[in-house]
Amino acid sequence: MADTHAETVLFVRDTMLPQKEPPLSTVGPLGWARGNLFSGWLNSIITIVAFLFVVNLIAHLLPWFISGTWNANSLTDCRDMMAAAGREQGGACWGVIRERWPQLMFGFYPSELYWRPVLVLVLLFVALAPILFADRTPTKMLGFTMLFPFIGAWLLWGGTIWNPITALLGFVIGYFVFTFLSRVVNAGISLFLAAIAAFVWWSVLSGYVVSGLSAIAPLAIHSVQSREFGGFLLSITIGVTAIMFSLPIGILLALGRRSDLPLVKALCVGFIEFIRGVPLITLLFVASTLLNIFLPPGTNFDIILRVMIMTTLFASAYMAEVVRGGLAALGKGQYEGADSLGLDYWQAQRLIVMPQALKISIPGIVSTFIGVFKDTTLVSIISMFDPLGLANAIRADANWNGIYWELFIFIGAVFFIFCFSMSRYSMYLERKLQTGHR
Amino acid sequence: MSDTAFDTTPVIAPSALKVSDEVAIEISNMNKWYGSFHVLRDIDLTVHRGERIVIAGPSGSGKSTMIRCINRLEEHQSGKIIVDGTELTSDLKNIDKIRSEVGMCFQHFNLFPHLTILENCTLAPIWVRKTPKKEAVETAMHFLEKVKIPDQANKYPGQLSGGQQQRVAIARSLCMKPRIMLFDEPTSALDPEMIKEVLDTMIELAQEGMTMICVTHEMGFARQVANRVIFMDQGQIVEQNEPEEFFNNPRSERTKLFLSQILGH
Ligand SMILES: Nc1ncnc2c1ncn2[C@@H]1O[C@H](COP(=O)(O)OP(=O)(O)OP(=O)(O)O)[C@@H](O)[C@H]1O
Ligand SMILES: [Mg+2]
Repeated sequence: MADTHAETVLFVRDTMLPQKEPPLSTVGPLGWARGNLFSGWLNSIITIVAFLFVVNLIAHLLPWFISGTWNANSLTDCRDMMAAAGREQGGACWGVIRERWPQLMFGFYPSELYWRPVLVLVLLFVALAPILFADRTPTKMLGFTMLFPFIGAWLLWGGTIWNPITALLGFVIGYFVFTFLSRVVNAGISLFLAAIAAFVWWSVLSGYVVSGLSAIAPLAIHSVQSREFGGFLLSITIGVTAIMFSLPIGILLALGRRSDLPLVKALCVGFIEFIRGVPLITLLFVASTLLNIFLPPGTNFDIILRVMIMTTLFASAYMAEVVRGGLAALGKGQYEGADSLGLDYWQAQRLIVMPQALKISIPGIVSTFIGVFKDTTLVSIISMFDPLGLANAIRADANWNGIYWELFIFIGAVFFIFCFSMSRYSMYLERKLQTGHR
Repeated sequence: MSDTAFDTTPVIAPSALKVSDEVAIEISNMNKWYGSFHVLRDIDLTVHRGERIVIAGPSGSGKSTMIRCINRLEEHQSGKIIVDGTELTSDLKNIDKIRSEVGMCFQHFNLFPHLTILENCTLAPIWVRKTPKKEAVETAMHFLEKVKIPDQANKYPGQLSGGQQQRVAIARSLCMKPRIMLFDEPTSALDPEMIKEVLDTMIELAQEGMTMICVTHEMGFARQVANRVIFMDQGQIVEQNEPEEFFNNPRSERTKLFLSQILGH
């Protein structure tokens, strides 16, 4: 009985099957289209309708975009050109972009000094390289990244070279105070005292040192006033600063919010909730008008600096919450693993917690970056000439009165390029940091 | 590396393993509460250097909490814990010092997923002990060989099996050259065939004279290497004895019930 049963079940393969090609209809472009575009009659209809719609849209818009009025010097000029070419349905007047190009880029920055912002932009990319592509650039380049804010600010605003040097010295002083004190007292207290030392240096001493040194060695380049800044130069200056500083400040705020120390925690929560609860416009108004009332008369607290501080604080509050989300996603086990090995708080944060929390938060962080960069256009409300502010000014000009779409499309496109590259970079980074399945 | 227990590899019967008179851990009259819940009650325990202690007990009896108090992952509220002559107080310096002397392996390994196996092992020596990188890598490779996974050094934890991850976790602790090792149910998240590879590693470690405290339900392991088994229930030490006596001749009713449950089937 058992034998006959075994005979019916027994199966031994004597030839192995060779690997075959998949059927043609499932691979290649044809297979893709079949699977994704025409997988059923409803799907096919939708595909065709959508295709017709897109073609129609392009057919209508394209002639407007390609109007051949690149060389027009005013709106009437442009209309004449189109009439001469026999285009009765009208078209875009791109001449405005060409004619106002320097203004849209640099605002009222002195034209003989355009090389300075351009150089700063190039240096910005050099400074960003070791951060963006850490695995492909020598670590030594980070040194330049640290110096960049000082070099950049000096090139943009000009003036004596002793300004950035003494500003940098503040950090050096803070650093030395910190390393000296941290041998005696704990890290928190020494950090606090170091910050005070640096602050005293910047606010009290450095002024005298700068005037003293300038008298001895007057090394200066032509200085440019903040109100001469404009266009994308202004947006990028404010945006890049807010982006650069909001991440570290946001991280500290997020850590503070999770701290065991009630005072630190209360301060951080209060700050975050206050800043997030107030529109950025309000903060900008405070920066542009109210702040002057509180400052001692005669203090020259630069308007761009004030706006940069406000935007940075605003972005930091959002950043703190994004980072906190990443921190919350991290299991308790990671903290315990770090603790059990004897790592102290800051080591655990820097080596274990942050690399993982920030990785989780990349999409949120980049969204915040993009948001901040676009929010820089709000400064036009406090009569600073960012691209949107300039667009309004250009339309007020008799030559271009009535122009509308072209400027905004151009400005939108430039912003889109910046924001889209940030978004693509974040996806690249996420893929790169993918380590195993967890 | 001459100061590690691993350099001499004597294969001797566990009962013959030497226990020195030197005290490694001394817990006296220790109490701990979670809020108003009294988790650990009047714990007294002295561990000598070279002892292998297995802690058993029903779920929720406070086994994890007790060994986590030893490296201050949990804070005790009264009583004394002295590790290697240093008392655990809220002084951060002492805590970090003790933590770097006491290795710990967790049920869920707690490896760092963003670092490779090698980086997991060299991280603490480099940052806590300030070992030069080259030396730290050599030590790490030495211990990865001990746990038999040197070829995985450049993979990430997520690419390893559970048993391999737990052995990495053991190697990672050993790289700090700890004098005491704590294990909190190191095999209970593993499949049966992986349990053996981890236990083999632990047995080898025990034979080399490491002071070990293991929370585990692996009674075979307890019989083979432990010189003392401690039974806990409701936050108290109910019974402790040599393994043979503990298993063959339990004294308290609670222990008998527990043993009949875990050995019964
Ligand atoms: N963070 C906490 N807050 C409050 N109660 C806790 C906390 N951690 C553990 N407990 C309680 O303390 C008791 C002891 O927990 P512990 O984890 O030490 O038990 P255990 O013996 O290790 O159990 P298991 O075998 O399930 O791991 C349990 O009743 C548990 O509910
Ligand atoms: Mg437990």
